[in-house]
Amino acid sequence: MIYLNALLNVGVGTIFWTSLAFLIVAFLLKKFAWSPILTSIEERDDFIAKSLQKAEEAKREMASLKAENDKILQEARVERETILKEARAMKEQIVQEAKGEAGAEKAKMVKQAKEEILREKANALTEVKNQLAELSLEIAEKVIKQKLEKKGEHEKLIEQEIQSVNLN
Amino acid sequence: MCAFYLSSTPLFAGADHRHEEKHSTHTSKNTNTFNIGEMIMHHISDAHQIHFLTLNEHKENEKHLAINLPILLWDNGFQFFSSKHLYHHPYHQHHLDAHGFKHEDYIMADEKIFKANEHGELNLNEDGSIASSNIVPMDLSMTKSGLGFVLSGLLVLLIFSSVAKREKENKGKAPSGIQSFMEPLILLVRDQIVIPSMGEKRAKRFLPFLLSVFFIIWLANLLGLVPFIGGFNIMGTMGVTIVLATLVFIITTIKGNKHYWMHILWPSGVPTFVKFILVPIEILGIFIKPVVLMIRLTANITAGHIIILAFTGLVIMMGQNSQIAGFGTGIGATLFMIFMFAIELLVAFLQAYVFTLLASLYFADATQEGHH
Repeated sequence: MIYLNALLNVGVGTIFWTSLAFLIVAFLLKKFAWSPILTSIEERDDFIAKSLQKAEEAKREMASLKAENDKILQEARVERETILKEARAMKEQIVQEAKGEAGAEKAKMVKQAKEEILREKANALTEVKNQLAELSLEIAEKVIKQKLEKKGEHEKLIEQEIQSVNLN
Repeated sequence: MCAFYLSSTPLFAGADHRHEEKHSTHTSKNTNTFNIGEMIMHHISDAHQIHFLTLNEHKENEKHLAINLPILLWDNGFQFFSSKHLYHHPYHQHHLDAHGFKHEDYIMADEKIFKANEHGELNLNEDGSIASSNIVPMDLSMTKSGLGFVLSGLLVLLIFSSVAKREKENKGKAPSGIQSFMEPLILLVRDQIVIPSMGEKRAKRFLPFLLSVFFIIWLANLLGLVPFIGGFNIMGTMGVTIVLATLVFIITTIKGNKHYWMHILWPSGVPTFVKFILVPIEILGIFIKPVVLMIRLTANITAGHIIILAFTGLVIMMGQNSQIAGFGTGIGATLFMIFMFAIELLVAFLQAYVFTLLASLYFADATQEGHH
C-alpha cells in the first residue's frame, strides 16, 4: 500500500538528528533551565517551610508570653487583695483605737464633771448655809430689834431662848 | 466505501489489500478520484519536505507550497542536495506500488531513498513492492519529524530558560508571568510522577532527563495539532520515538544496580525450575519495556491524526458523490473533528505524562535498594 513503507520506515537521518537535538537540548535544559528552576523551587519550599515553622514558634512564644502576663496579672490581683485587706484591717484597728481612747476621755471628763458638780454643789450648799445663817441672823437681829422695841416682848424672848437652850 | 478505506489504512493492512490499493491508485491517477487511504498515509508519514498546500491539483500547472528540506546521503561520500530536485521530478515505474521521485541516481519511493540500478530503475518484487536487493544509501537528512523535534526542543529550551530567568529575578518573591504558568507543570512532573515513583533522593538524579522528555513530547504533540504549519506528526514517527525509548533503555541499563540485575538474572524466592521460565521473560522484559514505550507513543499520536484525517477525507469523498451529501457530512464531521481535537489535546498531554511516568518507574525499578 502506498506510503505504508513511509510510515514504518525508521529513517537514519531522523534518528541521528533527533538524538543529536535531544542530547544537546537536554544538556542545555539541565544547565540553564532545570537546575536553576529546581534549585529555586527547593529554596522557596525551604523558605516557606521555615517561615511556617517560625510563625508556629512565634505563636507558641506569644502564648507563653500571654500565660506569663496572666500570671503576673493574677499575682498583682492577689497582692491588691492583700493590700486592701490589710488596709481595711488597719482602718478597723485605728477606728477601734480611736473609739477606745475617746471613751476613756469621755469617761474621765464625765467623772471630772461629776466631781466638779459635787464640789460645786457642796460649795453652793455651804454658801447657801452661810447665807441662810447670815440671813437668819439678820432676821433674828431684825426680829429681836423689833421685839426689843416693845417691852415685854424682850423678856419673853429671852425667856424663850433660855428655855430652848435648856432643852438642848 | 468508507469502511473499506478505514480498515485498509491501519499499519497492518494485508497483502490482498495491497493489490486493490495499487489498482485504485492507478485509476485515481487517471480519473482524479480522491483516495482517502493515500491521503491519510501521506499526511501521517515522515517526509523530506514540509508540505502546506497544493494548488491546481491534478492539472497541468499543479503547484506545491512547501519547504523543501535538504537531503544528505552517505553513498560512498556525502551527497547533499535540496529535496525540491526530487519532489519536482515524479518517477513512474511500471508496477511500482509507491509514490516515486527521481533525482540523478536516486529514486525516492514513499519517502525512502534508493539508488537506481544499472537501468536507472528499482528492483521490484512480483507484487510490485520494492525488493530488498536495492542499494539503500544511508539517508542522513533531517526529515520533517526530525526538524519538528528540533523545533520542539528549541521551543522548550526557549520557554524554560526564560522561566529560569524569571526565577532568578523573582528570588524571594512570588512567581510571576510565564514562571507562574510553567512552574505548576514542573511541580506536576516532580511531585506527581517522579517523586512518588522513586522518592526524593533518587528523583534529583533523573528529574532533568524526565522533565526534558515530558515537555519535549508534550510540545511536539501540540505542534502536531497546529493547523497550516505542515501537519507535524513528530511523536507519531518511529524514528523519533525510538530515540527516546533507546535513551530510556540506556539509562535503565547503565543505572541498574546489583539488586536490579539480580532480580532479572536470579530472582530470589521462587523454585529453581520457575527461574528457568522467569529469567528469559525478565531478560526479554528489559527490551520489551522501552519498545512498548515507543509503540504506545507512536500509535497514540498517529491514531489521533488518522481519525481527524479520516473525517476530513470523508467529507471530500461524500462531496465527490454529491454536493449536498458533502455539506451534510461536512457539518457532522466538523463537529466531530472539534471534539476529536479536544480529545487530541488531552492525549497530547496524557501520552507525555504516561511516557514520563513509565520511564520514571523503570528508572525507579533499576535503582531500587533491595527490600526482599
